[in-house]
Amino acid sequence: MESMADVAAPLATANQIAKYEAVIGLEVHVQLGTKTKIFCACPNQFGDAPNTNVCPVCLGMPGALPVLNRQAVEYAIQAALALNCEVRRKSVFARKNYFYPDLPKGYQISQYDQPLAEHGWVEVEVEGQPPKRIGITRIHMEDDAGKNIHEGFKDSDRYSYVDLNRTGSPLVEIVSEPEMRSSDEAFAYLSELKLALQFAGVSSCDMEKGHLRCDANVSVRPRGQAEFGTKVEIKNLNSFRFLKQAIDFEISRQVGVAESGGKIVQETRLYDPVLGETLGMRSKEEAHDYRYFPEPDLVPLLISDEWLARVKSAMPEMPALRRKRFAADYGLRPYDAAVLTGSRALADFYDEAAKTSGDPRLTANWTIGDLQGLLKGAGKEIEDSPVSAARLGELVAMVANGELTGKLAKDVLAKMFETGESAVSIVEREGLKAISDTGVLEKIAAQVVEANPKQAEQYRSGKTSVIQFFVGQVMKATRGQANPAAATEALKKLLG
Amino acid sequence: METGKLTIAQIQAGLRSKQFSAVELAESALAFAEAENPKTNAYLLLAADRALASARRVDAKLSAGEDPGPLAGVPTGIKDVIVTKGLRTTCGSKLLEKFVPPYDATAVARIENAGGVLLGKLNCDEFAMGSSNENSAFGPVRNPAAPDRVPGGSSGGSAAAVAQGTAVVALGSDTGGSIRQPASFCGVVGVTPTYGRVSRYGLVAFASSLDHIGPLARNVDDAATLLGVIAGRDPMDSTSAFAPVQDYRAAMHLPVRGMKIGLPKEYFEGLTSDTRLQIEKGVRLLRQEGCEVLEVSLPHTPYAIACYYIICTAEASSNLARYDGVKYTIRSSRAQTLQDMYRMTRGEGFGAECKRRIMLGTYVLSAGYYDAYYLKAQKVRALIARDFERAFETVDALVTPVSPFPAFKLGEKLDDPIQMYLSDIYTITGSLAGIPCMSVPCGATSEGLPVGMQILTRHFDEPGMFRLAAHFERAGGFTL
Ligand SMILES: [Zn+2]
Repeated sequence: MESMADVAAPLATANQIAKYEAVIGLEVHVQLGTKTKIFCACPNQFGDAPNTNVCPVCLGMPGALPVLNRQAVEYAIQAALALNCEVRRKSVFARKNYFYPDLPKGYQISQYDQPLAEHGWVEVEVEGQPPKRIGITRIHMEDDAGKNIHEGFKDSDRYSYVDLNRTGSPLVEIVSEPEMRSSDEAFAYLSELKLALQFAGVSSCDMEKGHLRCDANVSVRPRGQAEFGTKVEIKNLNSFRFLKQAIDFEISRQVGVAESGGKIVQETRLYDPVLGETLGMRSKEEAHDYRYFPEPDLVPLLISDEWLARVKSAMPEMPALRRKRFAADYGLRPYDAAVLTGSRALADFYDEAAKTSGDPRLTANWTIGDLQGLLKGAGKEIEDSPVSAARLGELVAMVANGELTGKLAKDVLAKMFETGESAVSIVEREGLKAISDTGVLEKIAAQVVEANPKQAEQYRSGKTSVIQFFVGQVMKATRGQANPAAATEALKKLLG
Repeated sequence: METGKLTIAQIQAGLRSKQFSAVELAESALAFAEAENPKTNAYLLLAADRALASARRVDAKLSAGEDPGPLAGVPTGIKDVIVTKGLRTTCGSKLLEKFVPPYDATAVARIENAGGVLLGKLNCDEFAMGSSNENSAFGPVRNPAAPDRVPGGSSGGSAAAVAQGTAVVALGSDTGGSIRQPASFCGVVGVTPTYGRVSRYGLVAFASSLDHIGPLARNVDDAATLLGVIAGRDPMDSTSAFAPVQDYRAAMHLPVRGMKIGLPKEYFEGLTSDTRLQIEKGVRLLRQEGCEVLEVSLPHTPYAIACYYIICTAEASSNLARYDGVKYTIRSSRAQTLQDMYRMTRGEGFGAECKRRIMLGTYVLSAGYYDAYYLKAQKVRALIARDFERAFETVDALVTPVSPFPAFKLGEKLDDPIQMYLSDIYTITGSLAGIPCMSVPCGATSEGLPVGMQILTRHFDEPGMFRLAAHFERAGGFTL
């Protein structure tokens, strides 16, 4: 049911919106990719039959107690470091109390006034604007709830079912400062955050699978006003596209309310992707007093300097730094550097291939162009590439050294992709090695010139572009194996 | 054999000399419990199959020449707030009338691994909330010493069974006095160990930061033996202590001459004259044994009850949220909607005392009240703990009455929760501080009602506590 405020006011026009500034903060839940759950030894995996990955602890059985998973803490620390946060040496778990059928204990174990980490930031870039830092207020750990299933059973008209496989899955909640000013910035922030966590290796961040969930706090204020407007929380943003659409809708809804003299109500709204609108929830459902208090079943989480140093030293290079290094050390264009850091797997792959080939820019072209094309055609990700990074590097090196022509290299790569063989063995078996031997090439060039006297005459009379014709003839005669540069050289010498 | 009077040591001797087998002992204990239980209603369930299976394992080990463990063959009762795999565990609540846990509490597993024979599940106040065992959904327990009186609570069934002889030892749980107070009312030994000494895994939570599992027994030696078995670090309980478990029975034989005993003056105000008389006699006995007795002060004692009832109800309101009708709780048959399910299931299922505490606890944690109640109570709790630390700078142990009065009549305090709460006035401070404390029999009133003396020592100084208790028991001739 919608509240009265939304029914009355029309959406704002572009001119009206221009008079306002949006203030946006995001609360992001990320599921950590640990083997087991946060407080018990059940597998942290999904897609199994309902209520099979459960035990007394995650079922909230009377008498059962939580024991904190060390791996989950390490992943959470890595997430905090990836987002430039300060990790607190002592953090405290707290109970967040509320009733819901997918919450078997009747409370969530979270962190409240003493979270794991604070004071982080992410640098985002929106096209046409200078880079901007978005602050991260805090990161805390908590356990996930299960899932209520309302359809698919023959008595679903009368009953809901509960699947507790997900209950106790480890989460971190990442709360940003209200420092974003447009849906584009929110989009860029979430993209950068996702990339950083993927690089850190703590989560797949797959939004479709719910590994990354996002709520947005949105308010508007007249430009120039210092105080924040009344904020509205938007839930159910389960894709990047929906995040952008929902924020844009909400901004124009709020400006519309303000412009028509209405009052924006502090509330929680759900994004409806079919309507493309945010809808108010009944206020009763959001009137929560969570009655937080320190979780007496867990001791405070203490992180020693040694532990923190160990995790820090094992951190991989974050995407922002990696982009900079690719540009500076490898001479890549910013666009290519960004593409090649699109995922940690791709960046790692490219890095290794570039090192093997010794020609980073050529490697970038082959990675972004030919290999990605083959992967796309086969519906594969870089992680499953049949051509390893080292083998791509070898192939690129052969091209760079003139041992293989670019044209033949494309065919060789296709074969490598099909069979998983190395370039060297394909080239050797099929005799595809480029002909660079001047003696051999001069002989073939002589035959070609002799067979085409008319064109030779044209060249000699000044139409030097005919050289391309002769190179083509040499290529044809050598089934593409002639080194084009060496062939051109030989022809020029002959045609004088 | 008189199963109602055997000690653990006698059982070990009897088994080894082949006076009786563990199976014979279990059969006889089960028959005795079945015959005697109607007098007290201490047992809610007798687990004959499981008891006999354990006994057979003990006999097999004995005949194979293996060590069957320090509790070999010992008929043991378990308070029904401690979960037992495959055995209904009700917590004295209608809500859990059909709850059969899929796992054993760590303490239960340790008892059976040590050869103990789990005889059955013992009655208690609903979710361990109460001081008279009258809050059980399955009827009150009667005091074996005076059938018209309460056995105390919440471990009333455990104390009554041990006093009655239908269990040799029993596990109870203590949050603010729930082991010590019934032990004193029934004239048995009851031990609340240091917080973290015994794993809480499988103890259905009432107030997690105050809940303890501990032994009840007819003598100090049996209590020490049982504690030795169940104590120790458990990876399943993050709050369980890493400190190594000491030899409690060995400590009982150390001399007490020269031990400094403190009598906190705040604990000798407002007790009945009969109780005072017995405790004073007990203190004289300690002097005769060579202890040096001096008066001490624990100045924050007057705030203990308020502090305790804020912290324990706050935690209880959260711990009891899971009884919502979704799983293992009996769901109200009238419920049509989700809200109905919560309201009706909990409204019909919880007894009055649980409801009172859930409401109190919800209130003290709610927005705007947290600082004034819960946070302040935590500060008071720290002050109470510091009182003890200061006292233990000058004395080795504290001695106090367990309860201001002996066992009262069934129904006498049922309508007056404040009077009921006052029966724990001397026991909740030790719980708040998390220090070891126990009740030892200390004579009887002129009406023949047992009186218990409380001994409290420093964190993890269970050896000192048992040492004093054992000497006191010997000197006074206070064994059942
Ligand atoms: Zn589990």
